[in-house]
Amino acid sequence: MASDDAEREATGDGIGEASAAVGDEASEQAERDRVAWQLGKSHRKVDAMERMRGVTRYTDDLKLPGMLHAKILRSPHAHARIKSIDSSAALAMPGVFAVVTGQDFKIPYGIIPWTPDENALAVDKVCHVGDGLAALAAVDEDTANAALRAIKVEYDVLKPYFDPEEALKVRDREGTINPYSRKGNVSKHVLLEFGDIEAELARADLVIEGEYFFEGTTHGAIEPHCALAHVDGGGVLTVWSATQVSHYLHRELAKVLELPAHKIRVIQPPLGGAFGGKSEPFDLEFVVAKLAMKTGRPVKLLYTREEVFYAHRGRHPMKMRHRTGFTRDGGLLGVDARTILDGGAYSSFGLVTTYYSGQLMCSPYIFPAYRFDSTRAYTNKPACGPKRGHGSVQPRFAMEIQLDKASVALGLDPIELRRRNAIKAGEKTVNEFQVGSSGFLECLEKVERSSGWVAKRRELPYGRGIGIAGSTYISGTNYPIYPNEMPQAAVQICLDRSGRARVFSGANDIGQGSNTMLAVIVSEELGIPLEDIRVLSADTDLCPVDLGAYSSRITLMVGNACLDAAQRLRRKVCESVAKRWGVSRKRVTLAGRMAIDREDPARHVDSAQAFQWAEADHGLLGETGSYNTPKDRHGEYRGGTIGASPAYSFTAHVAEVEVDAETGLVEVKTIWIAHDCGKALSRKIVEGQIEGSTYMGFGEALMERHAVDPAHRGVHVGPSFLDYRMPTFLDTPDLEAMIVEAPDANGPYGAKEAGEGPLHSSIPAIANAIYDAVGIRLDRLPFSPQTVLAALRQREERERAGQLAPHKPADRESRRSA
Amino acid sequence: MSPAAIMLSMTVNGEPVQVAAPPHWTLLEVLRYRLDLIGSKQGCDKGDCGACTVQIDGVPQLACLTLAIHAEGRAVTTVEGLGLLAGGVHPLQDAFDRHTAAQCGFCTPGILLSAEALLRKRGREVSRAEVCEALAGNLCRCTGYTKIIDAVVDASRVMAGANTQEAGRGE
Repeated sequence: MASDDAEREATGDGIGEASAAVGDEASEQAERDRVAWQLGKSHRKVDAMERMRGVTRYTDDLKLPGMLHAKILRSPHAHARIKSIDSSAALAMPGVFAVVTGQDFKIPYGIIPWTPDENALAVDKVCHVGDGLAALAAVDEDTANAALRAIKVEYDVLKPYFDPEEALKVRDREGTINPYSRKGNVSKHVLLEFGDIEAELARADLVIEGEYFFEGTTHGAIEPHCALAHVDGGGVLTVWSATQVSHYLHRELAKVLELPAHKIRVIQPPLGGAFGGKSEPFDLEFVVAKLAMKTGRPVKLLYTREEVFYAHRGRHPMKMRHRTGFTRDGGLLGVDARTILDGGAYSSFGLVTTYYSGQLMCSPYIFPAYRFDSTRAYTNKPACGPKRGHGSVQPRFAMEIQLDKASVALGLDPIELRRRNAIKAGEKTVNEFQVGSSGFLECLEKVERSSGWVAKRRELPYGRGIGIAGSTYISGTNYPIYPNEMPQAAVQICLDRSGRARVFSGANDIGQGSNTMLAVIVSEELGIPLEDIRVLSADTDLCPVDLGAYSSRITLMVGNACLDAAQRLRRKVCESVAKRWGVSRKRVTLAGRMAIDREDPARHVDSAQAFQWAEADHGLLGETGSYNTPKDRHGEYRGGTIGASPAYSFTAHVAEVEVDAETGLVEVKTIWIAHDCGKALSRKIVEGQIEGSTYMGFGEALMERHAVDPAHRGVHVGPSFLDYRMPTFLDTPDLEAMIVEAPDANGPYGAKEAGEGPLHSSIPAIANAIYDAVGIRLDRLPFSPQTVLAALRQREERERAGQLAPHKPADRESRRSA
Repeated sequence: MSPAAIMLSMTVNGEPVQVAAPPHWTLLEVLRYRLDLIGSKQGCDKGDCGACTVQIDGVPQLACLTLAIHAEGRAVTTVEGLGLLAGGVHPLQDAFDRHTAAQCGFCTPGILLSAEALLRKRGREVSRAEVCEALAGNLCRCTGYTKIIDAVVDASRVMAGANTQEAGRGE
């Protein structure tokens, strides 16, 4: 990107070029070195104040004349064939307008084009408790709920499978959960090997073997899923949805409803959080669309909180077995990982998750051999999908505890062990991903220093501990979900005579601040403040296609596209000003709502005047910008593109904990986080992503558990915010976020992702701190008091049997005597 | 179909309001569906998340667990009123904006009303621990809470400063 622009600057393309020809190189350098007037500062977000004043309309805040309310009938069985559905009594009730069932949605879909294995409503069988099978539209929610109860369904109940390994053994059709599966209950299997893992483990001085279990967790966005549909007089269907991927929703609606894409408009209103939980189409969007088409009225559906838990698509439970080899001085030789993923009833993103469970483990440490063998099983549970840190948070937990065990066995400081193996800028991972920039070493150094690591490792008493972990993540994936050669991101910018800019972007701002990120780039390039920039996003009629908010792609990809368009406009504006002043274009800079003569700063005009001159010269000022990913940064093997990214972020976490050995209660005091985001375009927004990610990992480590209960036919163990325990203000530890900037050549101004990476290592850092505190290895999540107590008892027994030396004996001894 | 509506009278954001609604409706339903005050959010509809927090006679309450008839004759303040009553933008809203304390902003209205009650009650600069205690009933899933605590403490400082100035002028 940067070199492209330099080239464009150098070749030039317009007015003022002749006078700029001399001394071009020097002025280009000046251009590159110009003082950033917006980058890296903290900004008021472009859309926060109206949200805080209660003015912003989220999806459920929209209301249209004649609007009906829809509800979905959900299965009480985990696995059953549908014998019949009789909705005649419901349809006859006053106030009920229409009913739909699976028969209205016979075309299967799937967010991954290779695995279309679900229907908007179940056609022949239901595959988990909460699976939708019929829906209706009525005059209000109460009427709709009453009518649902009047729908009669006859089921043929089948044996449910809740354990993935048991499900994988099933070979017969009857026990095959997913109606479209051709391989029994194997949803996806990936086996990849790089280098000679057996040879490396054989020559290792130390091989650590461990088994880990990551229980599922869910997103918990405070806004429940909601959709509203309306068909206009011209037959255009508009769907407003609380989605984070308008474009894929658009595609799937067209497919399932058999409508041409240009007859559908998808709008994502301001969104109340997503975290991956709104990354694919859900039953409600198809249902409101079909009901609106049937009734000719607008139809809205808002999930109850309980429905959100059953819709799920959250983190996969994973059972992981790792063998990790080391030299005696801590050099990492290889990792051999076997993983079972519990996928639930449908594929969702599962094909990608299965790859991610292995592909994203080959950094931030470099090692010569790797094998992973991951199998995703269908089970009779709500489908799992992507949650912040898609697919790689679970194996990161295993990996980082393995490293910690090695550091204890080798008598090495765990930070030192990580430092010795850290991947460096320009290196290639064993699975052939090209790493551009890396600030990992600086991340380690920052958390080591700020946490007081060295002293605390020595001095913390029994019951207090400190732990480290590191991680890496992608800044988007090099390949889109469906293969095509079009840009991965595109932005259109228009300038107007009043000195304002309008930015049209298909990207979904889900609260992470991507609209503000775009405004910062436009502001930086065009010299106008954020309040003069209007970002219109995520409306398929008005905005260029963007692939959406997933895999931490927006800052790098959409940012690059925006920079492309903004720089074209900048050149036009600077040329027009330069022409009027009779100076070279390179002498003109834009900042502070002005065009300024760099060499004579007293000469300046306001932005509106500059834009008017440019409009007079060029006609209406509008430019588009596009970005496509480099296609040469991955290995040439099947699956080699999955997980390959233009740039990788790096994170290190240090957690300090206190463990109450009487109750098993773990209190996390502070987490120090250093995250390499390449370049922080807007400082507080980046810090907010680091803090929010770390908080989410903390919740997963200690409190959260998304599971169904086999003893109760597969109902959710607690589908509410009371039972699914997300950390409150009182639970959350102090979070010390530190930004590290190792600029990447592929990022806009060097920027990489910050939204997902800083979640990963918070969990193992806590696990490793618990070990440091009381000497127990927790290999199952979450670390509930019961789990901790059981592990403490087990350790005591082994100590009594003489199999283990006491943990922190000196401290315990001194306390006993005191 | 819903039972026959009843007529409710209350003061909402300083204005007297008369509104007809079914007797089983919650205050949240009346605010959102009858008065179009959509700033109060429905996150769980069962009192777990705090996104619907409003003030009744100055005390934070969960509008989703409060029957509308409970507010009969009382003064209800929603997030829309917070700014109005402060003549535009409340110092809390300004502090939240400066600290990027709202990411998706869905929980923010409820948090603002809990926080405003705390600051009014204390009338001075508050500590981080006081903020955590007062806001423990409001879940936020985006921020990890850090920036929210920063903002509330900052706003309490700003407001305490303003109070001092006013007191100074009074003398």
